[in-house]
Amino acid sequence: MPEAPLLQVTGLVKHFPLGGGVLARPHAWVQAVSGVSFAVGRGESFGLVGESGCGKTTVGRMILRLIEPTDGRIEFDGQDILQLSRRQFAGLRRRMQIIFQDPYSSLDPRMTVEQIVTEPLRVDRRAGRRERSTIAVGLLDKVGLRAADLCKFPHEFSGGQRQRIGIARALCARPELIVADEPVSALDVSIQAQVINLLQDLQQEFGLSYIFISHDLSVVEHICSRIAVMYLGSIVELASAGSFSREPRHPYTVALLAAVPLPDPHRQSTAVPLEGDVPNPIDPPSGCPFHPRCRYVFNRCPVEKPPLVPAADGHLVACWLNDGRGVE
Amino acid sequence: MKRFFHNKNFTVGFVLSLVVVIAAAVSLLWTPYDANRMNARDRLQGPSWQHPLGTDQYGRDTLSRVMTGSVNSIIVGLVTVAIGLTLGVGLGLISAYFGRLADEAIMRFADLLFGFPAVLTAILITSILGPSMVNAMLAIGIFYIPVFARLTRAVAMVVWEREFIAAARACGISELGITWRHVLPNILSPLLIQGTIQFAVAILAEAGLSYLGLGTQPPHASWGRMLNEAQTFMDTNPWMAIFPGLAIAWSVLGFNLLGDGLRDTLDPKMVRVR
Repeated sequence: MPEAPLLQVTGLVKHFPLGGGVLARPHAWVQAVSGVSFAVGRGESFGLVGESGCGKTTVGRMILRLIEPTDGRIEFDGQDILQLSRRQFAGLRRRMQIIFQDPYSSLDPRMTVEQIVTEPLRVDRRAGRRERSTIAVGLLDKVGLRAADLCKFPHEFSGGQRQRIGIARALCARPELIVADEPVSALDVSIQAQVINLLQDLQQEFGLSYIFISHDLSVVEHICSRIAVMYLGSIVELASAGSFSREPRHPYTVALLAAVPLPDPHRQSTAVPLEGDVPNPIDPPSGCPFHPRCRYVFNRCPVEKPPLVPAADGHLVACWLNDGRGVE
Repeated sequence: MKRFFHNKNFTVGFVLSLVVVIAAAVSLLWTPYDANRMNARDRLQGPSWQHPLGTDQYGRDTLSRVMTGSVNSIIVGLVTVAIGLTLGVGLGLISAYFGRLADEAIMRFADLLFGFPAVLTAILITSILGPSMVNAMLAIGIFYIPVFARLTRAVAMVVWEREFIAAARACGISELGITWRHVLPNILSPLLIQGTIQFAVAILAEAGLSYLGLGTQPPHASWGRMLNEAQTFMDTNPWMAIFPGLAIAWSVLGFNLLGDGLRDTLDPKMVRVR
């Protein structure tokens, strides 16, 4: 990891109120994210993996301040963005962009492709009409669409093409960091590979940093250099992509990896599948959030929440078993 | 455009409304007779070549008066819908965006207005403010505010949840800019549909108020007013009532069908809002 990370997230927390109204207080809080910390270097791809509902999307959106965090620090290029006023943040905003999961909901159906991809230019109105058009053509070319597509509307495109339009829009602001929130989950497998390759090419060309959010470990392993696994609002393991799959340490990671199908008919899966459901984030378990489903649970687990600390091989693991033995 | 005319409702409604609009436009430049000129010799006539729709008790030409009356009706429709749209959409957007206290206050205010019987209250308002066309439009327009406010709130809330709103925020567009560039265009078609239907309702309501003498004042031609005057002569000269009555039915039917047709083509999923 480079010395000065582009993005440093420390102790990020988000609780959503549940119920309540004008007069009534919320009767419960959803603890979507409870204390997440990580750093992303320049030009790095950082993966955020977890089941649906584990808070990974909320983390991604908080980084762009699309959701205001309840607590924590987010430093972008050395600046604490949560301390900035909306106006001050506007300047930083262009340096961070987001790609959404649903290519249907993320493009305004009433706008042409040209209007969509040049939307970031609207803010400072510097670019004239002709200039916007030229920029739009360039952007479409970068993502593999044709200039003739400029005047079309989103409904005239397939899911993969729509996702390319979304990527072009993100690129328009010339960002340094792109939060890719499940960018390929809604696409066919054949299209997924194309979009992932496109994202990698663009990273090379523009030196982008990615925060790649996905529930699909194989996709994240392919594109990311470091991966964090989230469970119920906390990071349970953080490691480089290679060692990650060879030597998972947290019991949850082991189970996740076991769930990835292997293209080898002779290899028998040895792992026991996870039992039970993800606990309710309104009323999360005490201590380690994973303990009700963990095979190795012992008396300390329900009492104390394990911190995310380095293990022998450089993995950061949040597990009381993490005393160098690993999980076998 | 072609897909609109595949819809029967739209096509019929379009033709009927177009006739009304053309009649109104022509009457601004030309009518067969001066709509307000009396002619004692030609009183209370039935249809003839000279007066295709007959004449009234002062010998005024009914065709000319029906044509002039259509201008009146269209103005009432436009103004009342404009009042409802500007205030209703504004309140609805505020309600949808801020939620909580603002939403509660605005929606309870809308409920309050809905609680009054519209026509009775319109009568009350015009009797307090004094009978005139402007006051009639005000009275009708006020009741359109909650109609559009509720509709706007409902559809705008859905649009604010879409991901392209988050994308626009990430691009740095201000909340007001998002409202203008993304929310408004996406709620336009339900508003257009509702507007057309309310237009028809306004024509009927104004005719009702004028019939009661609370709307357009004599000698100006208004379909409701004409019905009122014809009432006395129903036995001797029913034509006097038939043609303005037909004009009302024609235009209300026309704009209603137009609205239904618009809804069928623009928004097949749209939920009916009162």
